[in-house]
Amino acid sequence: MDLAVAHETISRWQFGITTVYHFLFVPLTISLASIVAGLQTAWVRTGKEKYFHATKFWGKLFLINIAMGVVTGIVQEFQFGMNWSDYSRFVGDVFGAPLAMEALIAFFFESTFIGLWIFGWDRLPKKIHLACIWMVAIGTALSAYFILAANSWMQHPVGYRIDPVTGKAQLTDIVRVLTQNTTLVQVFHTLTAAFLTGAAFVVGIASFHLWRAKQGKQPDKRKTAAMRTSLRVGLAIAVVAGLGTAISGDTLGKVMFEQQPMKMAAAEALWETQAPAPFSVFAVGDVSKGHNSVALEIPGILSFLAHNDFSSEVPGINDIAAAEVAQHGGQPTDYIPNIFVTYWGFRLMIGFGMTSFVAALIGLWTTRRRFWLAPEHRTGEDEPPKLMLTKNREMNVFFTRWSWRIGIFTMGFPLLANSFGWIFTEMGRQPWVVFGLMRTRDAVSPNVTIGTQVFGLVTLTALYAILAVIEVGLLTKYAAAGPNTDEKPPAKDPTLRGPSDDEDADQPLAFAY
Amino acid sequence: MHLHDLWFILIAVLWIGYFFLEGFDFGIGILTRLLARNTAERRVLINTIGPVWDGNEVWLLTAGGATFAAFPDWYATLFSGFFIPLLAILVCLIVRGVSFEYRHQRESRRWQRNWELAIFWTSLLPSFLWGVAFANIVRGVAIDQDKNYVGTLWDLLNPYALLGGLTTLVLFTFHGAVFAALKTSGDIRHRARVQATVLGLVLALLAAAFLIWTQIDSGNHWSLAALIVAVLALVAALGANQAGREGWAFGFSGLTIVAAVGMLFLSLFPDVMPSTLNPDWSLTVTNSSSSGYTLKVMTVVALVFTPLVLLYQGWTYWVFRRRIGVQNIPAAHH
Repeated sequence: MDLAVAHETISRWQFGITTVYHFLFVPLTISLASIVAGLQTAWVRTGKEKYFHATKFWGKLFLINIAMGVVTGIVQEFQFGMNWSDYSRFVGDVFGAPLAMEALIAFFFESTFIGLWIFGWDRLPKKIHLACIWMVAIGTALSAYFILAANSWMQHPVGYRIDPVTGKAQLTDIVRVLTQNTTLVQVFHTLTAAFLTGAAFVVGIASFHLWRAKQGKQPDKRKTAAMRTSLRVGLAIAVVAGLGTAISGDTLGKVMFEQQPMKMAAAEALWETQAPAPFSVFAVGDVSKGHNSVALEIPGILSFLAHNDFSSEVPGINDIAAAEVAQHGGQPTDYIPNIFVTYWGFRLMIGFGMTSFVAALIGLWTTRRRFWLAPEHRTGEDEPPKLMLTKNREMNVFFTRWSWRIGIFTMGFPLLANSFGWIFTEMGRQPWVVFGLMRTRDAVSPNVTIGTQVFGLVTLTALYAILAVIEVGLLTKYAAAGPNTDEKPPAKDPTLRGPSDDEDADQPLAFAY
Repeated sequence: MHLHDLWFILIAVLWIGYFFLEGFDFGIGILTRLLARNTAERRVLINTIGPVWDGNEVWLLTAGGATFAAFPDWYATLFSGFFIPLLAILVCLIVRGVSFEYRHQRESRRWQRNWELAIFWTSLLPSFLWGVAFANIVRGVAIDQDKNYVGTLWDLLNPYALLGGLTTLVLFTFHGAVFAALKTSGDIRHRARVQATVLGLVLALLAAAFLIWTQIDSGNHWSLAALIVAVLALVAALGANQAGREGWAFGFSGLTIVAAVGMLFLSLFPDVMPSTLNPDWSLTVTNSSSSGYTLKVMTVVALVFTPLVLLYQGWTYWVFRRRIGVQNIPAAHH
């Protein structure tokens, strides 16, 4: 392999691995923070034990997860400088601002209040303690916003000029960077997908416990009560978030058809410009010849996805590449991203995400408690629900069993969808690191040797692999154990001033590392 | 004052804040081996920083992000140039963060002991490496005309930098011991004070050597003033510790860090990373800063949000103000 190519390839692998890995934890953190906050709110308002147990249970899983999210985030902040120093020099004036804002405005917020929430159960008045987890939830969402503003600028640079002296990008309008439609739509899409992810996680684990309860393997009815509530909460969020993901995804697609037509043409393996353009169901492409050797298509749908009408023209890969050659020089193939990855990444993203959504929709209907349900089929709050197809008709044994299993199996589907989505959108932008302005191959650190790069890549990958095993082990342990129903809420509401020193001196901490 | 000068100060403040805060929690991590005699005591130490270490670490992220935004070339040169030491620090910070959160998640003694060892080593190594990194920044490194570091890893491990590393290592451990004396109760509190005295004396030697070397090599009037403050603060910290005035001792050990790190930045200015190859190739506040507009935007953001951060972080310390002793450690894990 050519040395320059190796340089770029290794850095891209490292960025890909560390970022996809980091983003396994991010959406779960964002959504679980809010779900835990919601459950705790329900507990503070109603005083019902099941909400307390649910809060503690999901809170525990949330903490195991956020620890990984936080520490893998540190790498994200520094690897631009380490592996992509020429990128950093070129974009720092623009790109650094949202990153610094993220740290100062969002990350401080979430990291400080998470400490207060973890250790504050016996130190803070109930309502202030509750406010802390809401602060964490707000902090995580704000974090996402600033980071996505930075990423959106790479997808579609705005609010800048190229400094004629240094040749570097220079910020001219921060408001545009923070509010351009790419940013807003990406934030909408990422946050809804994050909630779909957390909801599917909750549904999966709750299904596991309820299915066991249904089989009579779970005598503790308080656990079942907490899990039943969690299941319904999870299903409801999954349906709303799934719908939101679809709508925002469609909008983001239209934005991308306009801003990065190559990415979308590659997503569809649409080689030639067509009007009306078909949606590809399945294709096997031949990149060297610039066409598909096998293709199964639905006419007109792609036109609709791009422009909301069934006959409009959608530009194909070959024409777009030719236009890029005219503008930037080089060969047409220089401007064609990896078609296989973008095409299948796009499909797998939609496939996994929407399967989760449909499963949740069915689940929400079949586990309903009151509406269109004959009274004799209603089950108690602390019993697993019957899966009801119609007012009087319960699912048969076979479908019941499989429904619960699907609830469990689809738990990780949105996680996969997120990963494929990011791989698609980042690889679909290639060869550009900042679209139209800077190529990825020009972005790497020129002074970092291949050996050093490989060392970095191997070290981080190995460390992440070990941590993955540890974290999955812990999540499995606590998820399978279910809520700890022996745990009681604090007997009295602490005051901010706290108990006097004499009373307090020998009291064990409510929570300790 | 020009905005890039202001940003030089702000970045110095962020690093100082980082070393002040994470300094003592690195120190606590190291003391889990030096000071704690058993698991219960180790848990006492860890829980003194339990609610706050994460917030402390964000000072680093903010320092990094702010450098990226205000001085892109400084950010790019520093992190690509110091690739391996930085990678080592990142690995430590990753393992360390997970260690605090995961240590208590399983009852197994082996599991817990491994995480405890991890806490010790991942606190010790960055304490040393940050000193090495900053000493090299002040001393200057081989930077070419394209602002790229062209030296090797071994060039970074020169005697001056190693002395800098030892200094920060002992400084943070001392700061941690003073913090432990302030935040614990019972037997461990008294032993923490004794250890602080020993560490403080060793530190006095190391710091004097390192800071005077710095002053001779790259100092100016301002850095000399900071040096004197650092030395006086250390003496005061030792005295207060000896007198059992733990709050004052912590304040003065903090001031020692502020003055010592401040001194490094004062001897650096107006360079941000001097080149040893050719002074014309040095990175300075002017040739590596962002444009005026970006700096203006970031100044507004910093002026609004930094006081807010100080306010709510300060409040956290107030909420968790009480001392912790072995009697407060719950027997059962959660």
